[in-house]
Amino acid sequence: MTTEDVPLLAGEHLTRVFGRGRDAVRAVDDVSLALRPGEITTVVGESGSGKSTLARLLLRLLTPTAGRLLLDGRDVTRTSDTTAYWRDVQAVFQDPFSAFNQFFTVRRLMARARRLLGPDLTDARVAEALEQVGLRPGDVLGRYPHQLSGGQRQRVMIARALLVRPRVLIADEATSMLDASLRATILNVLTDLRAETGLAILFITHDIGQACYVSDRVLVMRSGRVVESGPTDEVIFAPTHEYTRRLLADVPRLHG
Amino acid sequence: MSTEGPATDLAPADAAAGQLLTARGLRAAYGPTVAVDDVALTVGTGEVLGIAGESGCGKSTLAAVLSLTARPPLTVLGGDLTVDGQHLDLAGRPPRTWRGGVVSLLPQGAMNALSATARVGDMAVDVVRAHRGRVPRSVALDLLADRLDALDLPRRVIGAYPHQLSGGMRQRVVTVLSTLLDPRLLIADEPTSALDVSTQRALVELLRELVGRGLVGGIVFVTHDLPVLRAVADRIAVMYAGRIVETGPTAALVDDPRHPYTAALLSSVLVPEPQVRRRRIGGIRGAPPDLADPPAGCRFRPRCSLATDACTDDPPAVGDPDRYATCWWTRDHPDERLEPSL
Amino acid sequence: MTRLTPRFHVAAGIVAAVLLFGLLGPLVFRGHALGAVVGGLYDHPSGSAWLGTDNIGHDVFTNLMYGTRTSLTIGLVAGLFATLIGVVVGTLAGYRGGAVEEALMGVTNVILAIPSIVVLILISIALGTRSTLAMAVVLGVTSWPWTARAVRAQAASVRTREHLDVARLSGAGTFSLICYDVVPYMLSYLCMAFVLQVSSAVLNEAALSMLGLGPSGGVSLGIMLHWALAWESVRTGAWWAFVPPTVLLTLLAFALLMLQSSLDEVFNPRLRRFVRRRRTTVAAPPPAVRKAEAA
Ligand SMILES: Nc1ncnc2c1ncn2[C@@H]1O[C@H](COP(=O)(O)OP(=O)(O)OP(=O)(O)O)[C@@H](O)[C@H]1O
Ligand SMILES: Nc1ncnc2c1ncn2[C@@H]1O[C@H](COP(=O)(O)OP(=O)(O)O)[C@@H](O)[C@H]1O
Ligand code: SF4
Ligand SMILES: [Mg+2]
Ligand SMILES: [Mg+2]
Repeated sequence: MTTEDVPLLAGEHLTRVFGRGRDAVRAVDDVSLALRPGEITTVVGESGSGKSTLARLLLRLLTPTAGRLLLDGRDVTRTSDTTAYWRDVQAVFQDPFSAFNQFFTVRRLMARARRLLGPDLTDARVAEALEQVGLRPGDVLGRYPHQLSGGQRQRVMIARALLVRPRVLIADEATSMLDASLRATILNVLTDLRAETGLAILFITHDIGQACYVSDRVLVMRSGRVVESGPTDEVIFAPTHEYTRRLLADVPRLHG
Repeated sequence: MSTEGPATDLAPADAAAGQLLTARGLRAAYGPTVAVDDVALTVGTGEVLGIAGESGCGKSTLAAVLSLTARPPLTVLGGDLTVDGQHLDLAGRPPRTWRGGVVSLLPQGAMNALSATARVGDMAVDVVRAHRGRVPRSVALDLLADRLDALDLPRRVIGAYPHQLSGGMRQRVVTVLSTLLDPRLLIADEPTSALDVSTQRALVELLRELVGRGLVGGIVFVTHDLPVLRAVADRIAVMYAGRIVETGPTAALVDDPRHPYTAALLSSVLVPEPQVRRRRIGGIRGAPPDLADPPAGCRFRPRCSLATDACTDDPPAVGDPDRYATCWWTRDHPDERLEPSL
Repeated sequence: MTRLTPRFHVAAGIVAAVLLFGLLGPLVFRGHALGAVVGGLYDHPSGSAWLGTDNIGHDVFTNLMYGTRTSLTIGLVAGLFATLIGVVVGTLAGYRGGAVEEALMGVTNVILAIPSIVVLILISIALGTRSTLAMAVVLGVTSWPWTARAVRAQAASVRTREHLDVARLSGAGTFSLICYDVVPYMLSYLCMAFVLQVSSAVLNEAALSMLGLGPSGGVSLGIMLHWALAWESVRTGAWWAFVPPTVLLTLLAFALLMLQSSLDEVFNPRLRRFVRRRRTTVAAPPPAVRKAEAA
């Protein structure tokens, strides 16, 4: 194996079981995937298919029941230095409502990255991150989350992740709260970052339209398992699995 | 303030007959930020009205005003509502009896406000008892079970705590709970945004069925998601910076938008088609205006590619109350199609 | 953001009035010094002794002011102790989960299972002379398990919120997470738990004192009742010896409970019926009082 073949972040046979005995739920069941620099991988699947659980495993917010996690080829499944890990791997979550501490202003939320960034955390860097997602820093920095609309909150969350300048970004339904125009803008921000800095992105969505627009590879998940995966064009325009076809059929269309 | 524009175009006589909801001159603000500015709406009986618009344009604020749930720092500056023939001047205090039974709000993010220590079944019993007095537990649970079945939710949900459900399940539970009492008018704020396409479809079908069976008189469906509105709404009103800029029957509005903003919004929708992969789809350039200090005249002017000098004056509502767009370009080019030009 | 209800104002008003009476009363009404003999055995209320005198000729009104002060001090200090211990134990258990939770809750349940009145009696006897403060600490230390249990449930539900994950990803440590991300979400709840603990401590003090185990060398509402009962005021019809402390105790406990439930309304406005918290598990007052009354 040459060094170029080593993926930035890889999961091998990741499995996570919640509960015990008869109540056990295999939220993620033997999933393997590899994220490479400059590549956007999309996971699509219905609600409850285990997408968020997979994201949390890759973020080391959950420990896998089985399987390994490799960063730059190193096994990091059980290492204790999560702070260093989070300098490389950041995330944006699905729900901009519960993702905020309601007692913190945006400024304090951003300032919390101090443990990760140390003196690199400057006002200018915070402002830049906010501007990347189309927010005016002066406008939002002093606000509490309840003073922001849903879409504004989600953009603050994306800015928080970008502030760290990670090498891997995991976006768990990060754009589902945004309107079409903003969504396109944010997706363009992500694709540009990927092109400029070689960011590896795991983009989780239930919207095949978005998957189609941004991704290089697509994984289709159902009940914790990957049922189909491959290059975007193949999976979306020539699906082989019946489940993928159903997902495509359920996409609401604008015309006709 | 409402000398020109759609609010006055809607004479009361037009609006009264057959309408479930008539709202006129709605204005509401968070301090200096006027998030809803002179909005007029009608919802017919059995109709689903979609409200579309980008993030921060005031959709949730409008939902709060319509559902009488505005509380500080949001203040309602004026406007009046007629629901089911009952008239209400919003400048006064809303009567308690309206909330819940007449208008019910399904708030944005409600799925996360569920009490963490109660089972879904207990919540349903609470909801029913809060409005109907001492109803046997089994009656409330039966009602819940029926609705769960209709949404393809497993019955184990009844005994589950919210944290045991996935996001999609919670949203459906919240929807079921807020329609248990069959309100006349349901205001649903972004109910589908957190859902996957299959669940969205199920939810949309449930809402349509509730309206179809007359259990809910009508729905105001707030979302940023135009394809979902295409599926659920009979009519769509497009909001921009606190105002309604275009309204019309769903198909007409989507196929032939008459306002440049609507056209731009429609053209940034991502659909799983091969051409989407080859093209860079830009959002609308620029940012929406600061609602504390909106630009004079057309509020879309700084971002509009068709803007002319005329646009510094308030644009007229072109069309009739059921199908209008407030735009100078549209007035001057009545027969020209708006090409998405971004 | 929150709107105060009339119930809250009434309850807070009564509590404030009792507080003022206990704290400022002795400074305002300076007719008699505490412990001064101003009359005979159970003198009727009169112009100089507004509520008559007790069994050894002390002014009942003066006793009442100082007694209220002692009872309140014990209630507040005990409430503070119980809430603090309960919060630390409950938060740790709820937040950490797993083995930590099981161990801490094991201890809590053991302490919960021991009849607190017995412990109180044993400790009270063992202490020999009992200062007001010692009494308060004893009461606080024996009543935290209710708060711990309730706080654990709260912490466990806050723990599942996504904002904790976001904070972790920003590098926040456990201590910072607990202080800034967990505890603030329980503040309203802690407020209510504290009020409940105060009211139960006040009642427990009264129960112990009535049994003759009150703070030595002072006067509290419970001690007044103890004397009144021991010196047969009920049989002799000297109502002024036992009615005023009973009324004050009842008033205080009632107002505190009402404050607690109105705080619930304030913190959880029923914006949406189904979203409201079902509060069946707020730390209930220990049943010691009822047992003591039966005894
Ligand atoms: N902490 C947990 N305890 C028990 N079951 C869980 C837990 N977290 C997730 N699950 C279960 O695991 C499955 C996958 O959940 P997950 O939240 O990962 O799905 P998802 O694809 O992200 O769905 P959504 O898009 O609705 O959020 C679901 O059946 C869910 O009920
Ligand atoms: N509590 C508040 N205080 C101040 N401004 C607010 C508050 N809530 C919302 N806003 C502002 O009002 C505007 C409209 O918000 P909202 O109605 O939530 O938008 P959306 O259409 O995304 O639902 C936004 O600019 C938002 O920042
Ligand atoms: S009025 Fe002018 S600026 Fe406004 S949308 Fe129409 S053309 Fe554009
Ligand atoms: Mg998810
Ligand atoms: Mg909103």
